[in-house]
Amino acid sequence: MLEILSYGFMQRAFIAGIAMALFTGIISVFIVLRRVSFLGSGISHAAFGGVAIGFLAGVNPLLTALIYCIMVAFAIEVISARGRLAEDAAIGIFFSASMAMGVVLVGLSKSYTVDLFGYLFGSILAISKAEAYMTVIMSVAVMAVFAVIMKDLLFITFSEELAIVNGIPVRFVKALFLVSMAIAIVIGIKVVGIILISALLVIPGATASLLTRRFHSMLALSSLVAVTATISGLIVSFIYDLAPGGTIVVMLSLFFAIAFIRRIST
Amino acid sequence: MKAVEIDNLGVKLNGREILSGINLALEEGRFLGIVGPNGSGKTTLLRVVLGLIRPTSGLVRVFGNEPVEMAKRGTFGYLPQHLNVDAGFPATALDVVLMGLYGRSGLFRKSTDEDRKRAREILGTMGMRGYEDHIFGTLSGGQQQRVSIARALIGEPRILILDEPSTSIDVVGQEDFYHLLKGIQKRLNLTIIMVSHDIGTITAYVDEIACLNRTLHYHGSPLGALNDEVLKNLYGKSMEIIMHTRLCEKCERLYPGGEC
Repeated sequence: MLEILSYGFMQRAFIAGIAMALFTGIISVFIVLRRVSFLGSGISHAAFGGVAIGFLAGVNPLLTALIYCIMVAFAIEVISARGRLAEDAAIGIFFSASMAMGVVLVGLSKSYTVDLFGYLFGSILAISKAEAYMTVIMSVAVMAVFAVIMKDLLFITFSEELAIVNGIPVRFVKALFLVSMAIAIVIGIKVVGIILISALLVIPGATASLLTRRFHSMLALSSLVAVTATISGLIVSFIYDLAPGGTIVVMLSLFFAIAFIRRIST
Repeated sequence: MKAVEIDNLGVKLNGREILSGINLALEEGRFLGIVGPNGSGKTTLLRVVLGLIRPTSGLVRVFGNEPVEMAKRGTFGYLPQHLNVDAGFPATALDVVLMGLYGRSGLFRKSTDEDRKRAREILGTMGMRGYEDHIFGTLSGGQQQRVSIARALIGEPRILILDEPSTSIDVVGQEDFYHLLKGIQKRLNLTIIMVSHDIGTITAYVDEIACLNRTLHYHGSPLGALNDEVLKNLYGKSMEIIMHTRLCEKCERLYPGGEC
């Protein structure tokens, strides 16, 4: 088993995967509590539009995806907050419009084929040393931001109206949450891909919420589930020569199923 | 000092006029009850005072400032009518009370042992000792209400705003609840604004009453609100208010008549 760690590409995959899993484990709890799972799924799929812009413009697709995801997240918030359109409708529109735009832009680009598959389904085994370190730095930075806003974000999640009346900077905290979610999505694109990243944003938190009602335990369990699924998914992927994005999400789903069965049987 | 001043307030929501021509001044330390039929704009008026809704016309001042500014300074303790907290939401009664301190403590400060001690004390005052570690969403409506009052009070607000606080409390519990509020008001010189549809009970506790149905039909002594003309203007028909109890001036408890 230790043979796995002798390969440089697996070392980098474990480093990036664990860093991302720790971070998505924390943000996932808030995504589930705030009931914005569809928002996470919508923004992650919209990232395809951002990636395609990068391809066409000849700049790093992850950078354009990050900017695009942040813009989409704020656009959805603004449109639904003004009451002009229900949030799920706004998400549905941005989700499909961005995917469609991505398809059109990729069609205009000449050099997409192999790379595009990596963005859609992840390419953690092809991650470079610099990308692995960048993933760790971004994960640590966003977790530090979360450590600061966590109590206020929990209050906003409990009741946004009460948080406003209590003088909490609600818009600022929510904006940081959306930016964090966009960063999580962009980091996740490398690991599991655009199609499967929403699983990492939702399943760890949902699994933890089935196992405990204590907030800090929920955060710890969610991160533990995400990290364990990432490690075991990478190992399974290595042994059976399967796509790691798929095996990680399958492991996550398995943990969720076990937690669900445990919950309904007690 | 005036805690709340409202000058010719008008509010339209989605093109519909909810409030019109409201004028009201409330001194600090007074207990104001707002009554009126369903859909009369009571909750909207509270939300305007809290800075959650911007007026379409007129002015609202809280201690001489914009309500939004005063909210940032932790001026308000607020108890909404409904919270709709999921039973699985991961917050204990103690966590919920501590939330009342977050606005004042700022982003970087975490809850201290001193904060937790204070939160436990206030929960005790609310009759919730022993429930500190219970998940908030699993408590009964009345228990959640008490925890919410503790949350509203822990930040030492200058104005306590309550929207139909007795809806989750049974009739016997309501007496204790109002008695508790009256005691807190006197002890802390707290300004209280409370919305209720129960004109019969509220008049026994408040210092002033405002009768609202889109516009103010009466503002003054609670006993004056019980005259036929005010009630007819308010509810659209003559009605008799049944006062089941009276308030003892010495102990502030309700009693059914005769001596306390």
